[in-house]
Formats: sequence, structure tokens, C-alpha cells
Amino acid sequence: MIGFVLRRFLESIPVLLTVITVAFFLVRLAPGGPFDTEKRASPQVLKQLQAQYRLDQPLYRQYFDYLGGVLHGDFGPSFRKPGRTVSEWIALRFPVSLELGAYALLVALAAGMAAGLVAALRPNSALDHGTMSLAMLGICLPGFVLGPLLVLVFALWLGWLPVAGWSTPLHKILPSITLGAAYAAYIARLTRGGMLEVLAQDFIRTARAKGLSETRVVLRHALRGGVQPVVAFLGPAAAGLFTGSFVVETIFQVPGLGREFVESAFNRDYTMVIGSVLVYAVLVVALNLASDIALALLDPRVRAQ
Amino acid sequence: MRFIVIMALALCFATGCSWRDGGALPGSVIRVGNGAEPQELDPHQVSGTTEHRILTSLFEGLADIDPTTLKPVSATAESWDISPDGRVYTFHIRPTARWSNGDPVTARDFAYAWRRILSPKLGSEYAYLLHCIRGARDFNDGKTTDFSTVGVRVVDERTLELTLESPTPYLLAMQTHFAWFPVHQATIEKFGAIDERGTPWTRAGNLVGNGAFTLAEWQPNDVLRVRRNPHYWNTAKVRLDGIEYYPIDNQQTEERSFRAGNLDLTASVPLHKIPIYRKEHPKLIRISPYMGVYFYRINATRPPFTDPRVRKALAMALNRDEIAHNVMKAGERPATSFVPPDTGGYTSRAAVTYNPEAARALLAEAGFPGGQGMGPVEILYNSSDAHRTIAETVQRMWRDNLGIDARLLNQDWKVYLTALNTLDYAVARSAWIADVADPVNFLECFQTGVGNNRTGWSSPQYDALIRASYLETDNAKRLDVLQQAEAMLLDGGPIIPIYYYSWTFLQSPAVQGLVTNPLGYIRWTDMWVDRGTGAKP
Amino acid sequence: MGSMWGRHSCLPLRKRRAHRNVCPTLNASTMVGMRRLKTLADNNTEQGSSLRRDAWRRLKRNRLAMAGLIVLVLVGAAVVVGPWMVSHSYETQDTALGAAAPSTANWLGTDPLGRDLLSRMLYGGRVSLLVGLAATAVSLLIGVLYGATSGYLGGRMDAVMMRLVDILYALPFTVFVIILMVFFGRNFLFLFLAIGAVEWLTMARIVRSQVLTLRHREFVEAAVVMGLPMWRILLFHIIPNTLGPVIIYATLTVPRVMLLEAFLSFLGLGVQPPMSSWGLLIKDGVDTMEEYPWLLLFPSIAFSMTLFALNALGDGLRDALDPRTSRD
Repeated sequence: MIGFVLRRFLESIPVLLTVITVAFFLVRLAPGGPFDTEKRASPQVLKQLQAQYRLDQPLYRQYFDYLGGVLHGDFGPSFRKPGRTVSEWIALRFPVSLELGAYALLVALAAGMAAGLVAALRPNSALDHGTMSLAMLGICLPGFVLGPLLVLVFALWLGWLPVAGWSTPLHKILPSITLGAAYAAYIARLTRGGMLEVLAQDFIRTARAKGLSETRVVLRHALRGGVQPVVAFLGPAAAGLFTGSFVVETIFQVPGLGREFVESAFNRDYTMVIGSVLVYAVLVVALNLASDIALALLDPRVRAQ
Repeated sequence: MRFIVIMALALCFATGCSWRDGGALPGSVIRVGNGAEPQELDPHQVSGTTEHRILTSLFEGLADIDPTTLKPVSATAESWDISPDGRVYTFHIRPTARWSNGDPVTARDFAYAWRRILSPKLGSEYAYLLHCIRGARDFNDGKTTDFSTVGVRVVDERTLELTLESPTPYLLAMQTHFAWFPVHQATIEKFGAIDERGTPWTRAGNLVGNGAFTLAEWQPNDVLRVRRNPHYWNTAKVRLDGIEYYPIDNQQTEERSFRAGNLDLTASVPLHKIPIYRKEHPKLIRISPYMGVYFYRINATRPPFTDPRVRKALAMALNRDEIAHNVMKAGERPATSFVPPDTGGYTSRAAVTYNPEAARALLAEAGFPGGQGMGPVEILYNSSDAHRTIAETVQRMWRDNLGIDARLLNQDWKVYLTALNTLDYAVARSAWIADVADPVNFLECFQTGVGNNRTGWSSPQYDALIRASYLETDNAKRLDVLQQAEAMLLDGGPIIPIYYYSWTFLQSPAVQGLVTNPLGYIRWTDMWVDRGTGAKP
Repeated sequence: MGSMWGRHSCLPLRKRRAHRNVCPTLNASTMVGMRRLKTLADNNTEQGSSLRRDAWRRLKRNRLAMAGLIVLVLVGAAVVVGPWMVSHSYETQDTALGAAAPSTANWLGTDPLGRDLLSRMLYGGRVSLLVGLAATAVSLLIGVLYGATSGYLGGRMDAVMMRLVDILYALPFTVFVIILMVFFGRNFLFLFLAIGAVEWLTMARIVRSQVLTLRHREFVEAAVVMGLPMWRILLFHIIPNTLGPVIIYATLTVPRVMLLEAFLSFLGLGVQPPMSSWGLLIKDGVDTMEEYPWLLLFPSIAFSMTLFALNALGDGLRDALDPRTSRD
């Protein structure tokens, strides 16, 4: 196991390096630069700005300078918002996305697993069809529709919750639900599928035959196998959740990192693009690894592979 | 299930969306939706209205303008003298003017600030506004490093003398622009060199300003709070205890926040909500003329648009009234000229009007009867629903009136700007918001080779008129020269004016003392909030 | 995303015989492989199609799935034939009318430019269905082949291939789309390419995790021993056994793809105005849902109804292809 983790750890180095490299050149390949604005700055000003941020250097030079900086933990200044460095911006905004992602994950797991379990225990009942239809609705209802609808009902119509912002616990309810809903729907379907597979197997029959209570059978024996698909799904999904969502953060005015992914790309804020992409890449690698380890712990046969 | 929810909602809103009062706030604090997160708070490194709204509370220039009359009034300078030829301004700085840390504001601070913004290495995008100062352009371009060649002279602590290249009638009005604001030398240099970008001097706790308010808290993408500056020379007259700026860039979110009573002012109003507010809550929405124009650029270097008759035909085939009244529906005025009416006492005499028959005739004369042989015309715009809607309407009008097959080309903002800069387009959606309330700020864009021209259009005669206007000391004559220039621009020039912008925003009944003006300039020191009389609509 | 649907297949064979009533000795997945193997010399289309006929028979008995199929056929017919049946064009404007509620003239109302919503939905449905199905098919094709190859090869090759997937997950998609548009124009084909480029990743992970467990199964090893070329083993013995999870995941991909299309069209890659799509209509409808609720409501209903139907059909198909879970 330790060897496996160590190997994956070493494998992640070329992965991250490739991500940095491709992002570095890709974002510079896109037309327009960070200092193009509606009112055009004079050529002299543009030249000064580019010199200041070393954008006038040959590309390979910029690349190795940047890599050198990254090795020392320096991701450079933000071109668009010069008052803070990329590291400072990420330190400021990533925790917010992480928090929102954690709540959303909680919502998704709680609602999704409960719905999936209920549906799996009574397959093809009205309850099963009902919860699965609800799950399908969650998949059909994108965040940009669900978010405003929730705000209208719970904030403007009923007046129970705030419209937007991220200061009190009350502010965090609607964004968490909006972000978690689609994932809850996926988890519900995956849980149901996984549980149905497991419940049809011999060892469950044996357990029932032994006279164990149904709750005990389900929770102690079946769940262990039934959640495996969910665990496998959670790797990339959690990476997406923790790095925030452009849509949800915009609708609810959440000061997280998710908006930075899209906005920095639009602004050609080169350093910011690579910085935020790198955060995401680290999470993808780490969480995929975590999900693989969890799978191995849940099922010795996968570990043997 | 979803159907029921939506139907219930529809019912709820059909019966009238209600606006809720936000309840009591400590003291007299106004909550402002500010459109976007400010890039910076350094007056020399920013470029937008978002930052302008904040910086006018944190800093103050030599002169201010009265939002009603738009005439210059005294501010940090208590008075000034202007030489008879209009080229030398002598400012007398108020003895009571103080920085937010208690230091006196001196002539030296202004000279320092201007040296800073003109420093080439700082790369300030708005340094060009100071190019009217003698020698400023050369210093800014790095042709000299000696600031004494620039027409700024500190006579004594309280007297500042400014020598201009040419008489600039809007110099005093320009002092409300952040490019002219003073900065506190000791603070700047505590955190870095004079021309260093991105130092932390603008963070809460570090920033020292001379405005009516001082920075209390800055939570990026969340809220920025300023509170009363007790050292401000006129603080006794300031009625607001503070301002909270919320950088909400999503218009829908901003409107919902306003409706929930969390905002007193918004930066904008979603397009489709404007007619509703105008009809149901006219007291909450304010619409006033704004000094900007929405227009289409035509690439004058690309056939067949090299022919002025084709350009004119395209312009005459648009029904601007329909676009403004049926499509926008937000109180915009159809634009028949490039400079909005009554800009610095100037209203264009020339006009382009809707005349489909004449447009068809012109196009036929240019060799394209009924649009035959024109080929498809691409309309370039940057990704936005409003731009798309207008382009769809223009597309239809050109097809119906001229027989032209127009195609819509939607690009990411920076790709769009690159296409504009490299003349890689046929027709492109554009906008110009003036920095200064003067027609020349609009018209000088289309001189040959100017960075903001972006059409490839070149007319020596036009260039000569603009240059003549710079040198003319008599304002009436100057405006007359500009009239001639604009007439040229509208008669087959590279632009199609579509509508003049409106300054449209929502305002809660608690807000008092906000005077609208074409500059979109909010003078915070005039305002107060009165939560008691905030009667529900 | 891992081996959720494939778990059972790695159980030792003897453990399952007890409750196998459709096929007492072999489970379905093994059956496909073995049958192929046995009749390798002669072409076994007849037997293959009989398996398909079995599946079709089971599918026909699933009422929910058949309802889904009927709805899909109706929606498909509507968007193909519908545009010729309605009297309004999708682009004819009436700005004086503006957004009007449903009426006898415009059954589903009009949008703010006065265009008929029904007509825009019918034309938009063509785009959405085409993109939804075609882009999903692209992601399916790449994802299945890539995942199966990676899982089958295993070892170092597998590690390299899966780390490549990690890299692609992390790349800035917005920048990628912008570059695609700038350098290759806005051909409709690139829309599929852009969507396929992101959507196959998860599919590849699913298929790979399945194949990892299938690789050491008897029928695969038998095929290897017989010296079959790798592509035959993958195509005829391994991939057919991953169809269940692939179908389910594919039906979940369709709505994502349709919504992604709306985002890409907003960026300029995709449908060109005045043409629209369901995703775009919904996106526009959200902004005016308080003023003109029908502009959100009707496109959402069309969108959800189609996806519900597709999902029911997908579930039914999965069950039909896997005799173990059939309930007769």
C-alpha cells in the first residue's frame, strides 16, 4: 500500500509539470493580452507594463523564470489585480470555495445516499420511482436555474434566507444546496445501483438467513459494497466541488476561487490562470488517489490488483 | 412539481413584486452595489467607473464639480487663478486640508502624485489625461527623466502652478477624475518605490487619503467599507458615516439584493426589469442621460466599406427609435450623432437619420442594388446577451431594408479587442464613455492613427479640425470647429451611432441628496440616508 | 468514477450459480464472451442477434422504458417535422409586440424580440438533440476505447494513460475553447470536438475500472491463449461486457452536454444567433423568469421531458441487456 501511494505520488510530479506547461503556453496562445482594454492604452504604456511583468522577454525565458518561481512557491503577481500576488489571491479565495464545497458535499452525500438507500430497499416501488425522478430532476435542473429559483422562493418570497453574500451561516445554506443538488442526484443514482447489485448477492442472503435484522444487514453488510461506486465517483467530483463553481459563486456573490477560473481566463491574467489551474490539478490528483485508496480499503480484491 | 413552483412564482410576481425594507443600520451608512471588484485602489493604476465610485470617497482633487450645474467648485484648492491666455493655472490649497492621518495636504503632494502617474515605469493607463500639461507627454513617454521640464511648479506649500500645452477649458472639471488625485508620499514610499506597481499601500490600515472617507475594511469580492474621515477639512458637512461597496457583478443578483433590502443603490438594472420598475415602482428607479454612446464601428479599410456611400447606407438603414424604444426599453435615447446632446454645452447640428429609401439608393449608387454583390457582412460583438439582441435586430433591419445578409460573430472580450486593434472585422459593436464632459473627448478618437480609432479611417481634413480645436482659445469658436468635424464623421464616416447611454440604477427611498448628471458622478458628501422616512412604495 | 457496475463480475463464478435462473451456468457477460469464442471460426451473427432479440423482448415488457422510447420518438419527430408545420419562423421579429404570454396566435408565447417561442423551441430542439446525442456518442467512442485499452494493457501504460486523463481534467477549458474558436473557426464540428474533449474523461475512468476486473476473467484469458489480436479481444470480448454502466453513464452525459452547448454557444462556439437551442433558451429564460415565466417554463419542460424519457429508456436498456437483473 505504501509503495502504491509513493508511486502515485511520484507520478503526480510529471502530471503537475505538464499541466503548468500546457496551461502556460495555452493561455499565451489565446489572442489578446492582460492589458488590452476597451480604451486602448498608448503603445508606450503597454510597453512599460509588459516590461514590468517581463512579458517582453522571449517565451522560453518567461517559462523557465516562471517555473523557477513556482519551485520557490512564488506564483507571480496578478496582472489584472496587481495589489496582491497570485498566492495571496488563492490563499484568500480558495478557503471559501473549500468551505462551500465541503457543505455541498455534505448535502450531496446526505441527500443522495439517503435517497439511494430508500430507493434500493424498495426497488420499483412508488418510493423508488419518486426519489429517482427527483434525482433526475436534480440532473436536469442546472445550477443557473435552481439557484435563482431557490433565491426567489426562500429569500424573496418567504424571506427566510439572505439573497446573496457569504458572511453568516444563513448565507451559506442556499449556495450549498444549489451546488450540492446535482451531485446529490448522481450519488442517489449510484447508491441505488450499487446497493441493488450487492443486495442480490449470496452473502446478503446468508446474512438474512442467519436471522440478522434487515437494518443490520443493510448497514453492516450491504452498505460496505454498495457505496463503492459513490467513492469512485467522489474523486473527480470532490475536486470540482472544492475548487468552486463559477455559476453558484456568481449567483450568490460568494468570494470563492470558482469565478477566478473563468474570469482569469477571460482577462488573460496569465499567472492567475495557471495558479488556479494548478490548485485544481493538485486536488484532482490527490482526490483521485484518495478515492483509489478508499476503494482498496473497502474491497480487498481491488487492492490485490 | 417544478411546474407548480414556477407557476406559483409566476402568480406571485404577476401580483407585483414587492420591495422590502432592509431595516435599521447603525448610523448613517449607505450600501452601494458597485458592479465589480475594484482592480486596485491606487488612483494611478485603475481604469474604471467601479474604482471611480470608491476613489471619489477616499481622495479629493483640487477642484470638484457641482453635480447639478456641472460647474467647477472649490475642493482641496480653495481658489485658483487662470492666466488670460488660459494656459497657466495657479491653485491655492486650503490651509485646513488634511490627509486621513492628520498630515497637511500640500502643493508638493499634488506635484508628487503627478510625477508618479506620469512615470513611464508605472504604466498608468490614464496618464494621458495629464498630457495637457506642458512637457508631460515627453516625460510620460520617457523622452526625458527630468520632471522639472514638466509644467508643474510648487510655488510654496500652499500654491501650485500648472502650465498647459494649450488652453484646456475642461481642466477644472477633470480634477474629479482619479488620475489627478493626490497621493501621500510617505505612505507610497513606505511600501515601495514611487513607480512600483502593486505594492500593498492600498490595503486597509495602510491607505492614507485626503477624501471625506477613509478605508476601514476591504474584503475582496465581498465588501469594501469606508468610514468618515475625521481629518477631512469639511467633515462637519459630511452627513454619511460610511459607505459599504458591494462588488456584485451579476445584475440579477444585484437586483435581487436590492429587492431584499440589502442595497440602497445599484450599479445597474437588468434589461428586462427596467420596464417593470418604471411601471410599478417608478420611485425606485432612476434613469438619466449618460455621457456615452453605443455605436457600431465599420472597418474602413475593408472593401466594400472603403466606399463612404456603403457606410452611410448601413447607418441610414437602422431604425434607431425601434431599437431604443422596443428592444432596449430602458429609457435610452436613439443616437443620431456620435457626441451625446448637451455634452459640455455642445449638441451636434449634423445627424444621421433613418431613411431606408435613401439608404437603398446610396447602396445602389455604390454598385450594390438591393444588396446584390455585397456578400455576407459580419457583425462582431463580445459575448453578451444585450449585444446579441441588438445585433439580431440590426441583422434583420439590414436584411429587410438593404437586402444585405448580415451574420453575427460572437467573440470573447479579448479576442474581440484584438480583432478591433488589428482591423480584423467588418462591422463591430462598440461603445465610448467619455472621461471628460467635452465633445473633443469623443471626437479625437477618430484622428488618423490614434489608438482608439480602430477603424482604419483617415481624413487629413478631420485631423486638421481636431488639431485646430486644441489651439482655439475662444470656446464658442472651438465648439464650432468640432461641429464641422462631427459633421464629417457622420457623413459616411466609419461609425454608426445607435443609442446614447443612460445612467440607470435603483435607489431605495432612504437615499437622499443624490443628483444625477451626465457624468454619472456621485458626490458622496452631498448625500445622506434617512431610514425613518423610507416610505414603502 | 469506478467499478460500481462491474463489481459483481469479479466474483468467483461458482458463487453465483445458485441464483442464476435465466442462464444457469454462465452470467450474461461471460455468455457474450464465451459464445463469441466458441463460434469464432464461423460467423455467429445469428446467435448474436438472438441475444439482441432477447434483450428487445425484455425491453418491450418494461413499460417505463417503452413510454420513454415513445416520448423520445415523438420529440424527435416534432423537432424534425415540426418546423415545417408551424406558421411562424424562428427569426421573424415583432419588437412592437415584444414578449407576449401564450395565446392562440403564439401557442407558447413570444420572446422579448417578439419571436415565436414554439418555433424557436422546435428549431432549437434540433440543435440540442443533435448535439446531445452526437457529442455523447463522440465521448462514448473515445472514452470506451481509451478506457478499455488503458485497463487492458495495465501496468506502466495504464499509469501513463490515466495520468494523461488527470492532466486533461485539469486544463483550463475556457482557454481551450477560445483557442479552438480563434484558430479553427466556428465550425459546428468543433462544438462536438470541444464537448467530446471533456466529456470522455469520466467515461474512460469508468470503463477502465470495469476492464481491470474483466481482464483476468476466464473468457478473456481463453481468448488470449487462443492468440486473438488485442483489438479483437477488446472489441468483441471486453467492451460488450461494459455496456451496462456505459449506457447509464451515457444517459447522464446527455443533459450535461446539452447545457455545456449553451455555455459554448454563449462564448460563440456553437449555434449562431438568431438560431437557438434548448440550453440557450433556458439560460435566457432564467433572466426573465419573473417577468416572462413562459420563456423558462416551456423550454425547461421540453428539456426535462426528453431527459426523463431518455433515462427511463437507458435504465430499461441496461436491465434488458443484463438478464440477471430482469425480474421474470
